[in-house]
Amino acid sequence: MNAPAAAQTRQSKLIKGATGDWEIVVGMEIHAQVNSEAKLFSGASTQFGASENEHVSLVDAAMPGMLPVINEECVKQAVRSGLGLKARINRRSVFDRKNYFYPDLPQGYQISQYKSPIVGEGEVLVDVSPTEQVRIGIERLHLEQDAGKSVHDQSPNMSLVDLNRAGVALMEIVSKPDIRSADEARAYVSKVRTILRYLGTCDGDMEKGNLRADVNVSVRRPGEPLGTRCEIKNVNSIRFIGQAVDAEARRQIAIIEDGGKIDQETRLFDPARGETRSMRSKEEAHDYRYFPDPDLLPLEFDQAFVDALAAGLPELPDAKVARFMSAYGLQAYDANVLASERESADYFEAVARGRDAKAAANWVINELFGRLNKEGIDITASPVSAEQLGAILDLIDASTISGKIAKDLFEIVWKDGGDPHAIVEARGMKQVTDTGAIEAVIDAIVAANPDKVAQAQAKPTMLGWFVGQAMKQSGGKANPQTVNEILKRKLGL
Amino acid sequence: MTSLTDLTLAHARDLLLAKDISATELTEAHVEAVEKARALNAFVAETPDKALAMAKAADGRLANGTAGPLEGIPLGIKDLYATEGVHTQAASHILDGFKPRYESTVTSQLWRDGAVMLGKLNMDEFAMGSSNETSFYGPVASPWLPPEWTREKGRSALAGDKQGLLVPGGSSGGSASAVAARLCLGATASDTGGSIRQPAAFTGTVGIKPTYGRCSRWGMVAFASSLDQAGPIARSVRDCAILMRSMAGYDPKDTTSVDVAVPDYEAAIGASVRGKRIGIPKEYRIDGMPAEIEELWTKGIAWLRDAGAEIVEISLPHTRYALPAYYIVAPAEASSNLARYDGVRYGLRVPGKDIASMYENTRAAGFGKEVRRRVMIGTYVLSAGYYDAYYVRAQQIRTLIKRDFETVFADGIDAILTPATPSAAFGIGEKTSADPIEMYLNDVFTVTVNMAGLPGIAVPGGLSPKGLPLALQLIGKPFEEETLFSLGEVIEQAAGRIKLPEPWWA
Amino acid sequence: MSVDHATVRRIAHLARIAVTDDEVPHLAGELNALLSFVAELDQVDVAGIEPMTSVIPMKMHMRADVVTDQAGADAIVANAPVREEHFFVVPKVVE
Ligand SMILES: [Mg+2]
Ligand SMILES: [Zn+2]
Repeated sequence: MNAPAAAQTRQSKLIKGATGDWEIVVGMEIHAQVNSEAKLFSGASTQFGASENEHVSLVDAAMPGMLPVINEECVKQAVRSGLGLKARINRRSVFDRKNYFYPDLPQGYQISQYKSPIVGEGEVLVDVSPTEQVRIGIERLHLEQDAGKSVHDQSPNMSLVDLNRAGVALMEIVSKPDIRSADEARAYVSKVRTILRYLGTCDGDMEKGNLRADVNVSVRRPGEPLGTRCEIKNVNSIRFIGQAVDAEARRQIAIIEDGGKIDQETRLFDPARGETRSMRSKEEAHDYRYFPDPDLLPLEFDQAFVDALAAGLPELPDAKVARFMSAYGLQAYDANVLASERESADYFEAVARGRDAKAAANWVINELFGRLNKEGIDITASPVSAEQLGAILDLIDASTISGKIAKDLFEIVWKDGGDPHAIVEARGMKQVTDTGAIEAVIDAIVAANPDKVAQAQAKPTMLGWFVGQAMKQSGGKANPQTVNEILKRKLGL
Repeated sequence: MTSLTDLTLAHARDLLLAKDISATELTEAHVEAVEKARALNAFVAETPDKALAMAKAADGRLANGTAGPLEGIPLGIKDLYATEGVHTQAASHILDGFKPRYESTVTSQLWRDGAVMLGKLNMDEFAMGSSNETSFYGPVASPWLPPEWTREKGRSALAGDKQGLLVPGGSSGGSASAVAARLCLGATASDTGGSIRQPAAFTGTVGIKPTYGRCSRWGMVAFASSLDQAGPIARSVRDCAILMRSMAGYDPKDTTSVDVAVPDYEAAIGASVRGKRIGIPKEYRIDGMPAEIEELWTKGIAWLRDAGAEIVEISLPHTRYALPAYYIVAPAEASSNLARYDGVRYGLRVPGKDIASMYENTRAAGFGKEVRRRVMIGTYVLSAGYYDAYYVRAQQIRTLIKRDFETVFADGIDAILTPATPSAAFGIGEKTSADPIEMYLNDVFTVTVNMAGLPGIAVPGGLSPKGLPLALQLIGKPFEEETLFSLGEVIEQAAGRIKLPEPWWA
Repeated sequence: MSVDHATVRRIAHLARIAVTDDEVPHLAGELNALLSFVAELDQVDVAGIEPMTSVIPMKMHMRADVVTDQAGADAIVANAPVREEHFFVVPKVVE
């Protein structure tokens, strides 16, 4: 289907070194925490923020004789995610043990999927900018256990171990090395995050570590084979992912241009210094001794299981954007903004239903999102509901209020809530369409400004000044169209 | 009347139900026997208070007619089974002081059915061994005196280093010794490569390893997950059948346990075996097989033929590869299963200058020699560059071994008769200094059964010329333990119940 | 294939088992004896044979997504050799 990924060069992404052009090659492993009540192989809660070792079952603590039993919902979530990544679903997969010793790994092995993952190859369409879309290949997605957490800063010579996270289900999503810039890397992660959030398979909360990425970076001369890569572990914000790619690429180019060579190693990104550094203790070569977990049988399901999950999938971002453009006539940019979260898309559609979609999009994007961003409020907690915003649009549409009054009304609803119709009524915000009243106002203005009348009659663009005066004197409530008509008539234009 | 400790489990059950005896007096008799037999080292923890409390409760249920199938029956529990609040260490130093907050599925089913716990039984450390000499708590002595030993010689050896006394076999050596010495009416055991059948054979008791998946492994300290299976040791085929019914059953907490209804195994006792086709695998006729084992096998064939079974020579061509393949698969799984013993969450911790040395010191001190050896070999065969050559190949050979059995079963064979062990019991200390492989050869007849996941039962077939117990093994189709109980009882009847040794140790 | 002393040390470290200098030659001997014992497996033609995954053929049972076992922190750390509040305590781990 695709040309070998490593061969793809995008000329525009090359960066200049002292000795010529370089190409950045990035592959990513995203660890996404599966949305589920219980852990992957135990009945302990996945809830965040409990006190230490409170959400730990005997299985998670690797008590002698404890056995894993797989959580069906985690399997379903992995399949849903695979479908959302347009990937092949493997109806037979195998859980392996990855053996290593670490205090936050109670069993002495992580149950993961090594040779036979539940999801195989797929792809993601990534919008890097309003005008640029790239296709990033997915190598695989597999299920595995998360580790516990060691706290190192509580004592000078001891670490404290909390296993609340141990055993929580993760999906490891491995991309092909198709990413060619920091921008693409950021756009890729945010697109995967959007897809998972749409699917409801991962909440994507990077602050809580529920989605984090290992970023593999290498550089090469265009057209040459892949260079030696370094893996930057556990980068936990989209902004840092971009910074890490840039910093690491710069570091590698500098070394090679100085005549040095890159050592394959694991590194950490230090956001404070904007650079990556080697992880000291990981020099020792790993030998994970993978083998199929004898406590678990192969994971097998039939096509009907997959089909049922496919039938229950929500509309995904790409499809939604396409539909917003075709059904509502939106521009790509607006459609993308609205579809970036399932909740905002739903909000928009609730507002747009039976109304002018472009007006709805403008109001949602400019007024609502602008205001939400300013206050740092999530769409799901918006003080103005889709029904309320819809009502405001209806009032504009019926010429009951002007666009300017509508903004005041939005402000009132944001702060105090309430039914926009009732507010307009109660506060007398209705547009004045009574020509008699407007005529009276205009007559007064005309009478008081004979010089302006002369000017306007000579230069009709001056009409705007009269409109402004009329609006001002009517407290903004005069219908601008009516004002215009009466003015033209009175001034003989 | 015979002593209460000489009763079979079935007989004791009947007397309890008839209210001829009480659970309390039965338990008291066993508690006393356990105390007097401490020198055998069969128990690593005694729980007399718990036993008497459970017996009292059992008497209540016997009185009000709510008795379970094992009501008031005193049992010993292999130290491999997690027992809530009670010593559970798999006879290892590394689990120092470990008292679980949970009860294994198998033991909780025994208590559900009214059984009484006398305490925890010694075993080879982490079930790795065939003589019960790898226990952190020291070797268990068999109640069988070595040929020509006097009681006095036996008692003085018991008081000393036990050298020369007979091993009870392993790894369920404590279970076999305790049952043979009449310290309990039955015991839980476990079998990864022969650890139920070989000790039963060495002690003149009966032991069955059920089909893989027949009993839950939840709460059993794991040795090799794909091979481990729980089972009972008792003094008769019927007693094993009674215990199996309580121990078996599907457990949603163990993914490898199988959802198949548990039959009334005891009902299979006495069923006719006429027309059953019994396979005699020619590959089990190994080089240098002692004459007494040959004779035993020949007698076994005759007994079954006399009972109306049809004897058929069969071939299981991959038999010889079972033991070497086992010594790849089992250590590999063990190396991973035992990684959790790291001094962090429970058990022994030996400090070190950093986390790695804490792990290394703890595991060096906590694991005995045999366990260290197997963890090392298992780590090696899984390591980079060797995995395919060793582990994958061994698992492929396992497929071939299983296929051998499937072929003969498909050809109409109902069960397979073999010797249980290549020899009678040997002496404590006799094989420990030698090449470990000599010890491993003890399991040559039993290990194929684990590799193929099949049920196998060891039934006494008489005594060797020197007066030591020898046993036959019957191998069945998956989930056809009933056939094994029927056939096993035929052998038991034909061979005549072995007279167990008088308590010279007490 | 023969296990040398460096390999014994590497394997012991992978398995996190301390070995003394005196133990190494002895362990190498034992491992080599075992490897020669299993060497006869090389004779078997395994081409095209599936490695055993589940000795009794069956479908994997799955659990419902329900919180069922919360042992509670007290029970989880009850047997810990060293603990602080409800944390397990280990020598400092350097990242
Ligand atoms: Mg990774
Ligand atoms: Zn991972």
